[in-house]
Order: sequence, then structure tokens, then C-alpha cells
Amino acid sequence: MDDFSTAISAAISMVIQLDPDLTEIVGLSLQVSMGAVLIAAIIGLPLGAAVALFRFPGRGGIIVLLNALMGLPPVVVGLIVYLLISRAGPFGVFGLLFTPAAMITAQVILVTPIIAALARQVIEGLWLEYEDQLRSLGAGPMTALPTLLWDGRFALITTVLAGFGRASAEVGAVMIVGGNIDHVTRVMTTAIALEVSKGDLSLALGLGLILLTLSTAVNGAVFLIKDMAEKRHA
Amino acid sequence: MNAAPSILPLKLEEVSFEAGGKRLIKDMNCTFEGGSRTVIVGPNGAGKSLFLRLCHGLLAPTAGNVRWQGAGGGDPRLHQAMVFQRPVMLRRSVAANVDYALKLRNIPKAERVRLTDDSLSRAGLGRLRNHPARVLSFGEQQKLALARAWALRPQVLFLDEPTASLDPAATHSVEEIILAIHEQGTRIIMTTHDLGQAKRIADEVLFLHRGRLLERAPVDKFFTEPENDLAQAFVRGELLWWRLGKDNVTPQIPTE
Amino acid sequence: MIRTFLTATIWASAVFLGQPVEVFADDKFITVASTTSTRNSGLYDDILPKFTKDTGVSVRVVAVGTGQAIRTAKNGDADVLFVHHKKSEEKFVADGFGVKRLDVMYNDFVIVGPKNDPAGIKGLKNAGQALTKISTASAIFASRGDDSGTHKKELGLWQSAGVDVSNTSGGWYRETGSGMGATLNTASAMSGYAVTDRATWLNFKNKGELTILAEGDPMLFNQYGIILVNPIKHPHVKAKLGQTFIDWIVSIKGQSAIGAYRIKGLQAFFPNAK
Repeated sequence: MDDFSTAISAAISMVIQLDPDLTEIVGLSLQVSMGAVLIAAIIGLPLGAAVALFRFPGRGGIIVLLNALMGLPPVVVGLIVYLLISRAGPFGVFGLLFTPAAMITAQVILVTPIIAALARQVIEGLWLEYEDQLRSLGAGPMTALPTLLWDGRFALITTVLAGFGRASAEVGAVMIVGGNIDHVTRVMTTAIALEVSKGDLSLALGLGLILLTLSTAVNGAVFLIKDMAEKRHA
Repeated sequence: MNAAPSILPLKLEEVSFEAGGKRLIKDMNCTFEGGSRTVIVGPNGAGKSLFLRLCHGLLAPTAGNVRWQGAGGGDPRLHQAMVFQRPVMLRRSVAANVDYALKLRNIPKAERVRLTDDSLSRAGLGRLRNHPARVLSFGEQQKLALARAWALRPQVLFLDEPTASLDPAATHSVEEIILAIHEQGTRIIMTTHDLGQAKRIADEVLFLHRGRLLERAPVDKFFTEPENDLAQAFVRGELLWWRLGKDNVTPQIPTE
Repeated sequence: MIRTFLTATIWASAVFLGQPVEVFADDKFITVASTTSTRNSGLYDDILPKFTKDTGVSVRVVAVGTGQAIRTAKNGDADVLFVHHKKSEEKFVADGFGVKRLDVMYNDFVIVGPKNDPAGIKGLKNAGQALTKISTASAIFASRGDDSGTHKKELGLWQSAGVDVSNTSGGWYRETGSGMGATLNTASAMSGYAVTDRATWLNFKNKGELTILAEGDPMLFNQYGIILVNPIKHPHVKAKLGQTFIDWIVSIKGQSAIGAYRIKGLQAFFPNAK
């Protein structure tokens, strides 16, 4: 219990003083996770919609695969990316290991299946409702794809938020491919892991509280925007 | 009206439709020429909706042919439109919904604006043009669906029980619009539950029962002197829960 | 209310998202593969800024277990290797992955355990004796179990004490497979014994009931060595900048910086470059 109160005061003082190490770490965390989610959404939303709308051999298998990949262990993804971009690996020449670019790459791999699988679900439901009318107007699956993505935008925002939640909370992938290098690749989750390994549990907990607050703030902001937009457009 | 040649007549030859191991439309033969307002009646489960969807091309028959004999090589779907029992509106404004349909036909922007404004005002929705379509009442959304269909200037308009969920005032509005659309030269093919509506709208009536076309007659004759026994019972308001046995006379409880 | 919140969000976004970040790597830095124990001691936070001030070269430390650090250097993912297991380091050079091994500094390992000392090792100056007593008492012992320098040292000590721990894993001998800090956390929670380097111990903030019980055995001596990754094997390695770091570390400047580093008033590392 002692740890908790120390943690809360540690967190508050870091935030109030705008501790420069903290702002740097928070900034990098947001840039990496938001960057990854943006890329994952650009890939995953149309991918999920395509799987929802088109019929092709093996479709059932792809759906099962996408759903299963939602549970990809971050540390495994980190390991695979590490093996690929290490100097000893096939893409070593780009020197990506231990950079934020590597961290973003790993998180894109983690998040894309989540967005795609959930988007598939949303779009499939919409297509059920819209198919007859859209086909009557002359819009087949190909034409309807962007229409449905836009029409389902509120449900899809939640999908993207799920992806962000996964990205900002994971430590396994970014630790391995980023190396938790001070001022370079240290993010909230790896900083927490570091403080735990140094036995500074209160500080770790404090950082954890800040991370939670951050995540809540992001979700809160998105919720408000969504709410306002929904009221205007139903 | 369209400068394009008419896609009618529509001919169904020995059309059947099967699903889940059951034949839901059986050996349908039927031709629709231009000009009239056809209303299709029959009890629930008769296959009225399926019939419309087969005509419009949303479903393919499992046997037989659906042919638009005037279409030549062109796509007959371009000259048809359909309105469903529940209006399906996109999450955007009233005007944008109509615009979307016109855009699918590659109609240039200025023309789209003109057509949209025209059909919205004819449907009495002009003042709602910038409202989100989904906040409209059910009746208004259905009028919007009609306006959207009308903007496409279809040669044939299919309607599947368009007023089944509407109150009398909204029903009246919708019927007015349907008649106005017909006045502009569109062939109307519509299903309904409401015999009164059939009397108000139709100039010819088709009676479907258990997937078969049992009678086709001009509206007055259908309601005063139907030839088919089941049609007679139906017009009297009876519930057709039985079917005629193989002798076509003795009623029996259906086993299928 | 909502407007205030949204304005605050936009401001915060500007502050956080506007932070400059080098998404890819820039030039004047080197990557040093080192160990978690060295990093956790705080030594790097103290001496690296001094190096950067002197030379303008920044140092990126990737701190993992010794085994992983060596693998990282072998792969060419680091420019310099700085660990504390002489045998492995010499093999690294002998196999052609490193240019030359130089002594840098030393400290020592200690055996920590619960204050009530169930195995009765307090005050012993012989590590082998202490470990034998622990195994006889079947007292809980937390091992790193992660192929690190500390782990290899610990295994060496068991071996010289004549105790075979390979078959007892999961009983009183618990392998955490993790870094020094995590292992100490586990030992603290289980009121068990552990071997740790003194620097990590001094800095460790979750000691709980644990305290140093045995120390001073020459076998607990912990030597650190530094090696430049061989640019012939890995042409992309920053050989010149890496050598600058090595030169600085063994120079008077580097050596005195190491010697000057204190944890809670005590010297943590003893420079001994030749």
C-alpha cells in the first residue's frame, strides 16, 4: 500500500514539473504508437473490408487467421522483426535495429490484424444491411468498399482505438527491436520495465499510472469527437 | 424521359427459384409490357419479394430465364430502380444520398445538382436537403428513397411493400409520389399487403400463392370476378392457411 | 468544459507529438552492447555524458544479458562490446569477432540473503563454503539462469564448491531467466539467497529483508573488459568512433571518471586498465 501512495506522489510531481525525461519518453511513446496505428489502419481497414465483401476460395481460413493473429504475442513479433533487421539478417543493411522505425514496424505488424479482423466484422454487418439497396443502385462490392468504410466510421473508430490500446500497452516488441536506449528508444512501457528491474517499484508504478492516464485521455478525446460528430450525422 | 430505347418488355420463362432445398418460386411464366402500374398481391410467404428480386436481378433464378427484351447489349439495371420495405440510407445528408446514386451512374456534377433538387422538391423534401438522412422519420426516409430512385429516371421502378410500416398520412404521400412517377413515364411493378392500396394504385393485379402465379387480371376484374378459387378466397379476406389438394377442389392442411 | 478539455488535448498533442525524434539513426554515435547490471548500477548515466562532452560522440547503450550482448556484437548490431566475462570475451576475439580485449575496471560479487539467514552463511569469506551451506540447508536460491556474466560466474562458484545444481532447478534452486534486478526482486519476495554484483545491489531499491551476508572471496572478483567489434567481419561498424570510446575509457580521463562514480557514497567500480 505504501508503494501505491509513493507511486501516486511520484507520478504527480513528475507531471507537474513536466520532468524533461518524462516528456521525452511520453512524446516518443505517442509518436511510435500513433504512427504505427495510422499505418496499420491504412492497411487494415481496407483489408478487413475486402475480406468482408468479397467471396474467394479460402475466405473462411483467412477470417480465422486474422482473428487468431489478434493474439500475436508482442515478444514473438519483436523477435521475428529483430531477426529480420539485425545486421546478421536479410534486411540488416538498412541499419534499422535499435531505432524508432523498427519499433513502429513491429507495432504495425501487431496492430494490423486487430484492425483488419474487427473491421471485417463491422463491414460484414453493414453489408448485410446495405447490400440489396447498393446493388440495386449499381454498386457492387468493389464500389461499395469505400462507401461502407465511410458509413461505418464510428464503429471503425473504436476498432482503431483497440489497435492503439494494444500498441501503447505492449513492451515485448519495442524492447527487443528498440533496445530501450536512453533518449533514443525508451518509451513508457520499457521505462517501466527498467525501473522494475532496478527495484524502484514505486517509480515504475507511478509511470504506469501516467501511462494509464495518457491512454484514458486519448480515448476520452476520441470519444468526445465521435460523440459530437454522431450527434450531427446520426 | 430517357432518350434510351425501352428495356421492356420483361419476360420470365419457366423461372424457378430454390433455396434450402425448397422451391420457392415455381415455373413462373410472365411478360411485362410498358405503360401500366402492376401490383402483385398474395399472402405472406407467397414469394412476392423473391419475385421482385428475380425481376430486378438481385437474385438469379435456379431454372429458367429472366430477359429484358428491349435491352439489346446494354445493362438493363441502369434503367431500373428499386425501393425496399425498409429504406436504406447512408450516413450522410438527404441531398448527398440522392447525389450518391447519381454519381454511381457517372452523371456530371451540374446535372446531379439539378436532378437532386428536382426530385427532392417533387417529393416534398426540399427543406430537409441538408439534414442527416438518418434523423428523418420513417415516412420521410421512404419518400427520400423514392426521390433517390426517381432522380435516376428509371424506366421500371420496383417497390417491395413500400408502405407496410407507414402510417396512413405517410402512406398517402408515398402513393401520390408513386403515381406522379408513373405519370412521368416509369413502369411501376409493386407488391403490397394492403388490398385497398392495390385498388388505389393498380391498373393490373397479379396474384401469387406458394410461389406460383395463379391469376393476372385488370384491377377491376380481379376484385369483382376473380377466376381462381384461391384468389376469390383471398379477395374475400380469408386467411389461406389451407391448400387445394391434387384434385384442385378439396382443401387440405399443407404438409410442406 | 468539453471545449477546455479539447483545447488541452490539442496543446498536449503539440507538446508531445512535436518532440523531435530521429526515426532513423543519425551519424555521430556508437552502439555499445553491454549488460543490465552495468546499466542498472548507474555508471553509464554518470560517465557517458563526460565522454560525449569531450569528444562530441554520443553513446547508445543496449543493455541485455552478457550472452545476448555477445551475440549482438557477433551479429554486428553493436560497435563495441563491454561485458564482464573474460573467458567469453577472449573467445570472442579468438573467433575473429573482436579486435582486441582490454581490461577496464573491476568490482566484486556478493552473496545476499534474508536477514534471518536460515543457511547460516553470515560473515563467511569463502563463497564455496557459503554455497555448500545453502545447498545443504536447501535454502531458496534465486539464480539468473540467463546465460549472463553473473550467471556464468554463479555456475562457476557452484562447480568449484562441488554442488551440482543442474538437477535441482525448481526445488530450492530457482532459475528466473531474467536480469539482475528481476532476480533480486524474486529473491526479495521469496526471502531467498542470490549472487549479485555489488554495484547493482547498492543501487537496488527493493531490498526488503535482504542484506549482504558473504563477501570478500577472491573468486567473487568481477573483471570488466572492452572490445572493438571487428570491422573486417562487419564493414559497417563504426570502427573509428568505437576506438575513440575505447581510447577514452582506458585513458586517465575515463579511468578517473569510473573511479569517481559513487553509489550511496561508496565507490562502485575500480579502474584497472593497463
